[in-house]
Order: sequence, then structure tokens, then C-alpha cells
Amino acid sequence: MAGLEDLYREIILDHYRSPRNRGELPSPPAQRVEGFNPLCGDEIVVTLEVNDETVSDIKIGGTGCSISQSSASLMSAAVKGKPVTEVRDLIRTFKGMMSIHESTLPGKDSQDEADIEAREAQLLDVDSLGELAALQGVVKFPVRIKCATLSWNTLAQGLDEAEAESEAGSAGA
Amino acid sequence: MAGLIDVAQGLDVETLRKDFPLLAQEVNGHPITYLDSAASSQRPRQVLDAMREYDETTHANVHRGVYGIAEEATHRFEAARVAVGRFIGAPNPSREILFSKNATEGLNLVANTWGRTHLHPGDSILLTEMEHHANIVPWQMLAEERELSIRWIPIDDDGALILDDLERLVDGVKLVGITCMSNVLGTLNPIGDIARVAHAAGAVVVADGAQSVPHLPTDVSTLGCDFLAFSAHKMLGPTGIGVLWGRDELLTPLPPFLGGGEMILDVRKEGFTPNDLPWRFEAGTPPITEAIGLGAAVEYLQAIGMESIRAHEIALTTYAMNTLAERFGDDIRIFGPKDPIQRGGVLSFAYRDIHPHDVSQILDQYGVCVRAGHHCAKPLMRRLGVNATARASFALYNNESDVDTLANALAETGAFFG
Repeated sequence: MAGLEDLYREIILDHYRSPRNRGELPSPPAQRVEGFNPLCGDEIVVTLEVNDETVSDIKIGGTGCSISQSSASLMSAAVKGKPVTEVRDLIRTFKGMMSIHESTLPGKDSQDEADIEAREAQLLDVDSLGELAALQGVVKFPVRIKCATLSWNTLAQGLDEAEAESEAGSAGA
Repeated sequence: MAGLIDVAQGLDVETLRKDFPLLAQEVNGHPITYLDSAASSQRPRQVLDAMREYDETTHANVHRGVYGIAEEATHRFEAARVAVGRFIGAPNPSREILFSKNATEGLNLVANTWGRTHLHPGDSILLTEMEHHANIVPWQMLAEERELSIRWIPIDDDGALILDDLERLVDGVKLVGITCMSNVLGTLNPIGDIARVAHAAGAVVVADGAQSVPHLPTDVSTLGCDFLAFSAHKMLGPTGIGVLWGRDELLTPLPPFLGGGEMILDVRKEGFTPNDLPWRFEAGTPPITEAIGLGAAVEYLQAIGMESIRAHEIALTTYAMNTLAERFGDDIRIFGPKDPIQRGGVLSFAYRDIHPHDVSQILDQYGVCVRAGHHCAKPLMRRLGVNATARASFALYNNESDVDTLANALAETGAFFG
């Protein structure tokens, strides 16, 4: 049985209690994207500014459970000031960490878990996630995976929209 | 009410619990405390056995074969229909009880048959703020297609409908959609009073009985609504089957819902002739085993008595509201009517500022199963000013010990989040 300590790591509770980059950037110029978790009704608002191919600022609004809020907070801290290409890699890696167990659950035993961990090590550079690796335990609670990925999917959508707008802008210029 | 309390003392919950195999399970090392019957109830052995016995001895398709077991299967399928009809007081069970997939499909059936026949551009529908999405979205879909407008009966801060303005609201409305009992607030709505006003204005009343039929005595001959939809799996029966009751005179002129086998009298290259009630609305092979299971569930409920079940749930809801208030004071906010007589055994609550997902996650560690989320009632969530609630809901097999376990696990939840 997966224990609560796998889910509610201290760093997660810390980001839940003291969320980083909380609020909304004025939009425009910031890109504003809303994400919904239809399962629980949680809503997240990501506002971000992209300048010179870099996420120069990001704020998180909305409400949600400890997992969705801490994931969003950790995400904001991890991507702020990073080049867009790096942020996209991070989104891919994070979502990889969140999906790797999905196909194998349920019915896991220790043998399977060892296999999964071996596969995971091959596929993912979890070390590159830094503090975000604290969210790894969420995959043992499949219902909560959507909570953890909500802000990331919303951010990805924001990057897509920012890119589309800048392309449209340069095409028109 | 004194009479009800006497009956409540007659309900032997400890013996009843032995009928439910799932209640003997353990979750995370704790005996299960199942408090999510408003989402789906557990099934007694009597239901499981009836389904297995039918499958092992009698199964064949219904209304088709002339051989022995096919005839017997048809007989038992139709007997289940009549049993369900009698359970809700249907004047003409063999015609007015339509088997659907669930309450949702029953409501969609009304929207797609009665709605498409009677609702035209510019017409209005009246719903309540506390409806489940199942009694909102089918109407919104039709409203979009037919250019209908939707009005809403508001609720007060105690979760009761505000009916002072009903006559004005219902004026010019063709259909009123209303839940008998809120799946979030537990509120019991005065269907009869509303139906009288609605009928006087010429409107038809569609009631969602998904929460009420499993827990309260139901008599459609006096209830007041014209259609009533409910699901088997919330009343000790299986998933995959629900019921729509409708007045014979309203159902008779309606066109079919889905097309296919069973729902026709004749098919030619030029067209088809629809079947009689109730089969016109039951295209394809129906959920036969599930109908047998529903019949057994109804028999089980009737043997205990719906009055006794209601009395038990009032007593348990009272105990739960008192216990939670005593132990958690202002840290807990229970939504809906304060008087247990005014509500069913559904307690949605907010505990401190801990998100319902997190509450439910910690409770699960103690074997306590509650629902966390928006309960398919997002307009109501917005009215309450929350994204989600945690919800504990009771059935006849719950007891005071379940409530105590919930309270203890909630205290642990509070300690965990500090």
C-alpha cells in the first residue's frame, strides 16, 4: 500500500501552505490561460510573459487541492526565467514522470515496481527535475495525477498560444 | 414523526449489514466505512444471488424465443417491471415503467421525445439551481437546438428552493425539471406544491428521483410529477439499468427514442410502425439480468419497508449532524437544511480550508469512503461559492459507528494538515 508520506511530501505541503508566484499578471501583455479539472471542479489560471524566447514572468491563480496547488507553485518556481525550449523539455519530463505508472497500474507488486523504476531511470532524467521530483509519489495515487498535471497542461497551452500570437504578429509585421 | 421513531427502533442494522458482502471488506487495513451510497449503493446477497441464479438457469433473450427458458426469461423480466412499478405506486406498471440505462438516460429520453414533440423556438423551461447535470444538460442541448430559454428557481442560504416567486417564474413555461432530493444538499423539495402551480400554468413536471426513490416512500399517483427518473444502482441494484416512469397519457402519443429491434411492430422498406408501450422506448436487447437484480432490490427494500428506512436515515443524519457539530464546531460547515426532517441522508461539508480531495484522501487511509468533488452540480457549487465539497451519504446499512469512524478520521485529517 502506498503511504500518505509518498503523496504529501514535506516540500509539497510547504508549497501548498506558502505558494510561490501567486496572483495574476496584467493581461495583456501577459498570456492568460485557464485550466479546469472536470473531475473535481478545480480551476487554475496561469499568466505568463514570454520575452526573447524566455518565460520572463509567471503567476498562478485559481483554487485547488494541495497537490494541484503545490504542483503549480513548484512549476512556477522551476520555469521562471527559463528559455522556452528548456521549459518545454521540463513539461515533457514532468508529464513523463506522471504517466509512466499509469499504464501499469493497478495490480502492481514489488517485482513490477522494480521493473517500473528501472524503466523510469532509462526514460527519465528525474534528477533534472530538482524539487519537482517530490511529486513523483503522486503516480501511486492515480486519481490525483490529473491534479498534479493540471497546471503543466495549462502552461503548455499558454506557451502554444504565446507562440502562435508572436508568429501571427511577425507575419503581419 | 413519533410513529417513525418507533419503526426506526425496529430496523436491525447489524443483521442487515451481514447481507452486504462488501461491507465485510477491509480498506488500507481498516474495516470499510462506506459513506458514498448517494453515488452508488452496495448490493445485498439477495440481489447478487437473484442475478446469478437467473444467469445460471434461465437466461435467454426476451420477447423473441418460443422455447421454455426464453418464455421464462420474458416472464421474469416483465415481472420485474411490474414489481418496480408497484414499488413507486405506478397506476399502470406494465405500460408506464420504461427501463433505461440510468436516470440520466431517462431524462434524456424525456428531452428527446416529449421535448422534441412539444418544445418550439421561444418556449421556456424552468429548472432549479440545485439540479444534477443530468437534469440540466439534456435541456441545455435541446435549448440550443430549439432556441428555448431556461429559467432557474433560486435557493436560499439553507439550501431550500425560494418559491415565493414561483407563479411568476412558471408563467409561460412548458416544462419544469426538478430534483426530488438534492444529491449535494440533501434538500427534499415539495414536488406536489410545485407541480400544482406548474400544472395550473400548463407545464409538465419532470422529476429526478435518483436520490429520493432509494431512501423515501414514493407514490407517483400522489407525488404530482408527470415523469420520474431513477437509477437501480443507487437503490441496492446493479449498474446498467434505470427507470423512467411517465403518465400513460403522456407517453402514449410520443415518438420512439432510439431505433432498432424490440421498439417496432413492423418495418418495411418505406418505414416502420413503432411498438406499444413500454417497448417502444426500449430499442435493442435490454439489460435483462440487471432488471432481475432491480426486481430483487425492490423486493429487499419493500421487505424492510421504506418508512423504516427513512426513519433510520433521519435518526442517523441527526446523530451525524450533532456529532460533527459537537466535535468540530466552526471548523465544519454542513451545507443544506439544518433540520434532518427536511433532508435526506446526504451531508456535504467543508472542513476548515482543507480541500475536499485532500480530506477524502486522508479519510481513505482510515477506510472511510466519501465523495469529493462537484457532484455533477456545478451551477449549485457556484451558488454555494465553492469548487467542490466532501460528501458523506448514508443508506440503510450505515450505523452510528460509521459516523464515529468518520469523525475520528476527520480529526486525524485536521491533525495531518496542522
